[in-house]
This record gives sequence, structure tokens and C-alpha cells, in this order.
Amino acid sequence: MEERINMKKNNNLLAGADIFFECLKREKVEYIFGYPGGAVLKLYEHLYDVDFLKHILVRHEQGAVHAAEGYAKASGKVGVVLVTSGPGATNTVTGIADAYMDSVPIVVFTGQVSSHLIGNDAFQEADIIGITRPITKHNFLVRDVRELASTIRKAFYIASTGRPGPVVVDLPKDVIASKCEFVYDEEVDIRGYKPTYKGHSNQIKKAAEVISKAKRPLLYVGGGVIMSNGSNELALFARENKLPVTMTLQGLGAFPGKDELSLGMLGMHGTYWANRAVDSCDVLVSLGARFDDRVTGKVDTFATGAFKIHVDIDPTAIDKNVVVDLPIVGDVKHILAELASEIPAPPDTSEWLAQIYAWKDECPLTYEDNDGRLRTEYVIEKISEKTKGEAVIVTDVGQHQMWTAQHYKYNNPRSNLTSGGLGTMGFSLPASIGASFAVKDRPIISISGDGGFQMNIQELTTAVANKLPLKIFIINNTFLGMVRQWQELFHKEKYSFTDLGSSNPDFVKVGEAFGIESYSTDNPKDVDSLLDKAFSVKNRPFLIEFKVVKEDMVFPMVPSGGSISDMMVNRLNPKRMI
Amino acid sequence: MKHTISVLVENRFGAFDRVATMFSGKGFNIKSISVGETEISEVSRMTIVTEGDDQIIDQVVKQLNRLIDTIKVVDLAEVYHVERELALINIGMHKGSMEEIKNICDIFRGNIVDITNKSMMIEITGPPDKIDAAVNVLAPFGIKEMARSGIVALKRGEQVKIHKKENIT
Repeated sequence: MEERINMKKNNNLLAGADIFFECLKREKVEYIFGYPGGAVLKLYEHLYDVDFLKHILVRHEQGAVHAAEGYAKASGKVGVVLVTSGPGATNTVTGIADAYMDSVPIVVFTGQVSSHLIGNDAFQEADIIGITRPITKHNFLVRDVRELASTIRKAFYIASTGRPGPVVVDLPKDVIASKCEFVYDEEVDIRGYKPTYKGHSNQIKKAAEVISKAKRPLLYVGGGVIMSNGSNELALFARENKLPVTMTLQGLGAFPGKDELSLGMLGMHGTYWANRAVDSCDVLVSLGARFDDRVTGKVDTFATGAFKIHVDIDPTAIDKNVVVDLPIVGDVKHILAELASEIPAPPDTSEWLAQIYAWKDECPLTYEDNDGRLRTEYVIEKISEKTKGEAVIVTDVGQHQMWTAQHYKYNNPRSNLTSGGLGTMGFSLPASIGASFAVKDRPIISISGDGGFQMNIQELTTAVANKLPLKIFIINNTFLGMVRQWQELFHKEKYSFTDLGSSNPDFVKVGEAFGIESYSTDNPKDVDSLLDKAFSVKNRPFLIEFKVVKEDMVFPMVPSGGSISDMMVNRLNPKRMI
Repeated sequence: MKHTISVLVENRFGAFDRVATMFSGKGFNIKSISVGETEISEVSRMTIVTEGDDQIIDQVVKQLNRLIDTIKVVDLAEVYHVERELALINIGMHKGSMEEIKNICDIFRGNIVDITNKSMMIEITGPPDKIDAAVNVLAPFGIKEMARSGIVALKRGEQVKIHKKENIT
């Protein structure tokens, strides 16, 4: 379908800036997260009169990318970023790398100096195409205004199809200013890019037979199930066949946490029973997961007795970290539906489930709660209870992230937004801002540590300016807690530069300075009432600082590169338990 | 094991960089790489010689396929193919050595492409091991400078069609 548009009488030429917005309109873009600057002035001039989308002004370009990620993860749509050249573009790099690692569909438009100045070390020039090449799914430098419309179409197509990912489009100043006829072709044909959606039917049949005959099957679910919107298919498949489900950090929410078939998270800080199940299963079905090192630990000892089935849309994920017995390349949603219909008979898993529940009783997730001091686990449990697992939880990186993964019972997909692959501190606040534009009917909760919160603290302004009903919760243990944990366990208790306590700001005053109603507590008894207060506020941000015990550690823990048998189960006995 | 991989890529700005960046980013080894146009002007062929076990080569091929600008990736180790390389070798000349160098050049079916009273430049083409042999024999005369093109290779027999990207492995 090709469409030619004449905007003005007697002049059927459109400026690049007009073409840009015409394209965004056709991509049904509702929000742009951006920050203006010299090279994109022309775009901002035209944006001034655009009414079909809303521009959200962030306070730092990194915040724009995380906001776009939060929006994309929560909505399933493509997140859009617009920044200027040079520093504007380089400030997006961390966010782009984050989106690449976690396969988040975003399109980042960067301004660029005029074509004739490229390579001249012009003012605010940076080779953002070269810089972002290894951290994007693809990137484009638009060298001619006649290529602008087709490039934007391709960018959205590439970002959102197959295994999603970030795409950068670099826009030289002169390209945006020059004119051409607007030709829009909705169909995209890129001969080097044809994602495989339909799984190989013989492979699926074989997999269904193997699962049907399994004695100790286990579904290992990653973020791919959420991206493909396959949660319903997963729930049907798991429940009909009584298959236990364990999830990666990104997979949490793909299957309801309160379901008795849910074993919670696996891996380094996974539950004892999930990791025991991985270790003992005879058929492991990986669905949209990539055998990350935080999941497998030592690869040689990972699920050694299991027949491994790997479903993934990205062929490079197959046999990358762990060699599998039966690969199926394709869209996990469709493959799950086909698997369900191909299963000759459900396997008998009653004994296997009984064993798993025995492991759960043996080593449940516990924490000390008898000394009257405030602990993160307690705060998360309370949040989970009060929101009934229905909130969108946006965590940062570190101990609070793992405790949230363990203790929050996610009911829905797209409600667990976190930086997994790259582990980007400072992700939570801007990502929760982005998510607020995607989800309006459920609470959005940003949970950060005191370290990560300060990494994109400027975005408090964005939250206030847009009157977002964000719940901003800071878990303050006065330390870079996860790093401290490793220092205690593996680095001779040398707490090198992880003690933030003496120099941390007063977070209540910080919140108030930004115009946010803010509270602080170190008393477990206050948590209920403060949370009630937070959830009653619907038209503006609300901040609570929870001052928690600093020396707490996240358990269970499989040390980096270790095996399940090296799992440390709790603090009292941080030695191998099995 | 050494593998020669033939990659058809879009003949466009940055396509070469994407391939090179992928190799360095993933820690894969490039022994040689050569790029040039094909019979279709908007398509280039890159011939890459790399090394690794089966799992690594499998990843190399998949990662190459994953790039948007690659059109077709073929691991030539799995098919009959022809490999050629070109070398320009500049050799120092001493009294009486000219005749000997010329003989060696003839044995390798090389050409003398430049001569001065101090040096002689030889052009040799052939499979890489032939070039290695020539270099080995010429070394005692004093190789002043050498340039090797890297391998170019083509599958024997039927023409490779470029419409679709397929994973040959």
C-alpha cells in the first residue's frame, strides 16, 4: 500500500520534519520521551503544532530512554525517544544498551550535525551510529530526505518484530530541513530480515511427546513469553498438564506467582525449590529464555540429567550457552498453543510436585522478623498484599530488586519492569515514569535502593511536572547493598566504597524540594499506614523512604559460576546445604 | 578448525563495520577478510576466514545471519568450493639473485610486476597454502614488503541465489 500526500495546495513537497511526524502518526505513536537541542530544533519547531502525540520532557536523555523502555515493557508498544546530537545522543547509550540486553522495542531518534559537517568534529557532533552499532538491533543514518519515511517505517518494523530490540535513527540537521514528496509504504520488505514465527511442526510434535512421557518435567520461562503475549497459552499449557513453572527475572509475571504450579524465580537468587527442581528435572522446557549465566551458574552442572527443549524466536539464543537436545525456533505464543494441542496425554506429575512442595517446606523464603527492625522483605510482602499482585512494579538493580523478585507475587504479565541483562542502576524512576503513560488503571510503584535512586534523581521533576501518581519507594540501607553482600561473602569484608550512609542526602527533604509529599520510617509498625496513605493519592507522586537493616543479605544464593549444590540457603548457615 | 565463510551483504554504508563489530564484540577470531562487489551492484560479498570449534562456528553463522544487512551466509567448509588469494611480494635483489628469483616465480606461475636495481616485485595467486610455500622459498632472499589480499572463495557449480537468507548449517 503506497500513499502519497499533498499537504499544501500548489506545493506537494513536505519538509523532513513534517515527514517525521507524518510517519510517527502512522506508527500510532502516542508519546515521545525527549529533550530538545540544536540539531533537532527544526523537529521541535514542528512538534509545537503537533496534537496527535504528547512529548514528555525528561531531565536527562538517559531518563528518556528508560522511560521509553518502561512504556514499551508495560504496553507492548514501541517506545520512542527524541534527543539532540552529540551529548544528547551519547547520553542515551546506557539506556540503549539496557534495551538491547532485555530485548525492549524502542526507536531512538538522534539529531546529527548537517551532512556536510559530518566528520569535521563539528559542534555537538558524535558518531552515534558507530557508538551504538554493537548495542542496537540495527541503526540508520538518514542521508537523504527521500529515504526518511521508509527508514522510519523500517526502524519501527525492526524494533517490534522478531526478537524485539532498540533501533537508532540518526537525523542530520539538513535532512530534516530539506523537502521532498511524501511517499509512505506501509509494507516493509527487508531481504536480510525475515523472523521465523512458526515453529517446525515435527520438532513441536517431538517435544510434545517428550513432555508427555516425562516424569519430572519443568517449564523454565523467560521474558520472551511476555513479549509474545503468550501468558494465557502458558497458563493453559501448564495447568492442563500439571507442569511446574519457574521463571527468570524477566519472566516473572508470565505466570501468576500465587498459582500452586509457580515455583517463583530460579537462578542465583532463585528459590531453593525452583533450583532443586532444575537440578532434578528430567525434561527442561525453556520458553523464551536464554540460559543466562545468572540462571545457569556453572554450565557444566546445569540440569545435567534433563532432556532440554529450547523454544526461542532468536536462532542465536539456541546452543549459545547451553547445548540443547531439541531446539524450536519461532514465536513462543504460537508454539505453546501447538504444544498444548499436540500433547498425546498429560504426564503424571503428582509425585514430582509432591517432591517440589517438600523442598518448599524444607527451605521456604524466610527472613528475621523478631527484632522489631525494618526489613526490605517485609516491605515488599506488604506491598504485594496491599496491591494483591496487581500493581506494575518497577525495580532498580541490587538487593531490593532480588527481594522484590522473591516476595512480590506478580499476577499479570507486563507488571514486572526491571533491568535484568545490563543491570542498570537508575533504571527504576525513569522507567516507572514511562510506564505511567502506558498503564492508568493500576498503581505504578518505583522501588529503588538509596544508591540507584540517586543515579536518575533528576527525573523526580518529570514525575511532578506530569502529575504522575507514582509511588516512589526508596529502600535505604545506607549501602550499595548487593556489592556490600559480595564484599562480605567473597572479598574479605573489605567494604570498599560501598558505604553511602554518611553522605546520603535527607531523602524526605529531597522529595519535598521537588514538591513531592515524602515520608520516612524505620519502624515496621508504620509500613501499613504509610502504604495506605501512598495508595490513596491518585493525582501526584508520593515518596516513602524505608530505612532498613544494612547488613541483611539476599538468600538463597548460588555464588557466581557455582552449582546448585553450592547454594547458600540463609545467613545463619551460609554454607552448602545439599 | 578453520572455516571460510561467504557472506552476501547489502552494499551500503556501515555494512562492513557491522560484520567486523559483531566479530570483535562476540570475541570471534578473524584470520582474514576480503570484501568486494558481486555481479549485482547493490550486493557485496565478504569472504571471512575464521577459526573455532563447531559450537563457535555455529554461533558465527547464526550471528552473521542475525545482522539485518546480511542477505546470505554460507559456511564453505561444508561445500565444494574454490579458494584463491593474491600476494604482492617485494624482494631485495643482490648480485646474481635475479635469475633464481625469476625461476622460483615461474615455478609458482607468478608474474614479475615491478623491478628496480634494488628490488623486484612478484605477484602470485593461488590457494593460500601455495602462497605460503612461495613465501617460504622466497624468504631467504629477503622479503622487504608483502601484501596479501586475504582469501576470496566461491562455491563450485550452481550459482548462489541471493533472494533469501538461509542458515546453511
